[in-house]
Amino acid sequence: MTELALDKSMFADRHALVAWLQRYGVYLGLGVLLLFNVLFTDHFVSGENFRTQAVQVSPVLIVALGMALAIGTEGIDLSVGAVMALSTSLVSLYLGYGPWLALLVAMAGGAVVGLAGGSLIAVVGVQPIVATLALMVGGRGIALVLLPQLKDVRDPAMSSLGSGDVAGVPYLALIAAALALITGFVVRRTTFGRQLLAIGDSRPAAQLAGLPVRRVLIVVYVCSGVLAAIAGFLATARLQASDPSSLGNLMELSAITAVVVGGTPLSGGRVRIGGTVAGAVLIQLLTATLIKHDLPSSWTQIAQAVVIVLAVYAARERGKR
Amino acid sequence: MTGTKEHVTTAPQAAPVAGGTPWRGDRLTALAQQHGALVALAILAVVASLSFDSFATTDNLGNIAVSSAFVATVALGMTFVIVCGGIDLSVGSVFALGGVLAAWGSQYGTLVALLLPLAVCALIGLVNGLLVARTGLAPFIVTLASMLAARGLMLALTDEGANTYLVGKDSFFATLGQGKLLGVGTPVWITAVLFLAGAVLLRRTRFGQRVYAVGGNEQAAGLMGAPVARTKITVYTLSGLLAGLAGALNAAYLASGVTILGYGMELDAIAAVVIGGTLLTGGLGYVSGSLVGVLLLKVIQNVINQIGSLDSAYQQVVSGAFLVLVVVAQTWLGRRRRAG
Repeated sequence: MTELALDKSMFADRHALVAWLQRYGVYLGLGVLLLFNVLFTDHFVSGENFRTQAVQVSPVLIVALGMALAIGTEGIDLSVGAVMALSTSLVSLYLGYGPWLALLVAMAGGAVVGLAGGSLIAVVGVQPIVATLALMVGGRGIALVLLPQLKDVRDPAMSSLGSGDVAGVPYLALIAAALALITGFVVRRTTFGRQLLAIGDSRPAAQLAGLPVRRVLIVVYVCSGVLAAIAGFLATARLQASDPSSLGNLMELSAITAVVVGGTPLSGGRVRIGGTVAGAVLIQLLTATLIKHDLPSSWTQIAQAVVIVLAVYAARERGKR
Repeated sequence: MTGTKEHVTTAPQAAPVAGGTPWRGDRLTALAQQHGALVALAILAVVASLSFDSFATTDNLGNIAVSSAFVATVALGMTFVIVCGGIDLSVGSVFALGGVLAAWGSQYGTLVALLLPLAVCALIGLVNGLLVARTGLAPFIVTLASMLAARGLMLALTDEGANTYLVGKDSFFATLGQGKLLGVGTPVWITAVLFLAGAVLLRRTRFGQRVYAVGGNEQAAGLMGAPVARTKITVYTLSGLLAGLAGALNAAYLASGVTILGYGMELDAIAAVVIGGTLLTGGLGYVSGSLVGVLLLKVIQNVINQIGSLDSAYQQVVSGAFLVLVVVAQTWLGRRRRAG
């Protein structure tokens, strides 16, 4: 709690303020936005609204978890939207064999894309932005080859997964929360997590220290691919349809925004999973707020742009210790 | 995204001085890197002409040229940005915004139809450049934000895409997009002139030299007295300006400001630039290569259309696979040159 204390002398030092804002600004923003909504938005405090927002934010959050890992290694994964599309195509094709098998096949598909991206980055030495860009273009193409047009998904298990809840908390939100806890644990408490952060801090240093740089990088992108595939599976369950041409469009941008707004620096070496969760919720809530107050959706894009620039600006000076 | 520390350790030798001073190392590798795309384009064109009667017709080639012209103009600006060590993700949105502004402005005459989008889009580029150069924010993030903002602005101007502004049929502005000169569409001529000017600017002027220097090694360029910030601001402004011009010409060509255009255009432009031999790490690149890159992507698309039985999804698969191939080859060649 000492870090949270708003000591006045702390703000005399500009760097301390910037560091504080980078770490906790997202919670501050989220608090302000929640307060605004509680006071000024009709029907905001209701179980139904909570369920709607939670269900909508879950896929973005799951994708953002994988993105946070990639960004932690000073990388980026632009292929996540395409992986979601690939996932929804595979789910449609294999649902006949049961939802579990469909999920497994979808996850395998995501893992293959992640493996390809990770290998290009770690073994060949291609820049992450380029490697995953190529997979983004090709991945959606493959998704559309597998399933050329929108297809309804009629499966009782899938629809109860997409719309059901436990004591008012949707399954989707529970799954997202569980994955966030696991990812947070992996980053903070495991050797793999420490290696990941060391690579993000300085890849040459990690190499000199004898860390398995290639293996860790490949695993990171495989994780990102698998998480995006899970998000695609859940989105399919929620929408009760597979639409490979539109599912996951611009998802990479939303995920990057959530991660960056949550205080994870793009320069790597640090990952904030709690902040990423808060970042994803903040963006979801911002969009919902603007729509509920009858502002056209064009304004949500402009607002999102301003939030991105502010968040990165706040994060820039103390990007690295 | 591209960490500055990478540039410090790896980039210096890779930057050729404008004017084409030979570098140490394997000349063949350099040739492959610079002209690989041209060879691939030539082979593909020959194979396509032999395989399909409908490929090497004036109509088909004219279509390829006109549809390439707009992306090529965007890719020209992107080349400057990437050679300078940055990236511009906002071009697709700026292209769409430029088109809508031009179509709206065309009711007040050709001058407004051209100047309004150019001014607004150059301003967006200027803001990008200022944010990148003066605050040290990652180009990737800055232009991502302006991509959202420009698209939002365009949607606000068109009542969420519900309003389409039309270009008057017989106006001079419409002629700019739809006219023909010696049987070749006006946009193709305009693009050709822009590319010539761009090549001269990048290879033969002090500004071009600075773009290479800043992209090769920012710190070194700064120490040698190059105006790093001003160079960056200029390339992003140029990129915004060219994307806006391409959007305006496209609006003239289609006779309306179509709001759904430009999605994924930044990816096409980046892909073309990379295929053309420009290194994404900056400091090395060719304007001519970007033009070849655009043509190559368009010819692949055209050939897939000619095959007919393959649907458009395969275009993306082939483009993606092709991009992976080129990037792997470029990385490998780049590494050889650095070692050499």
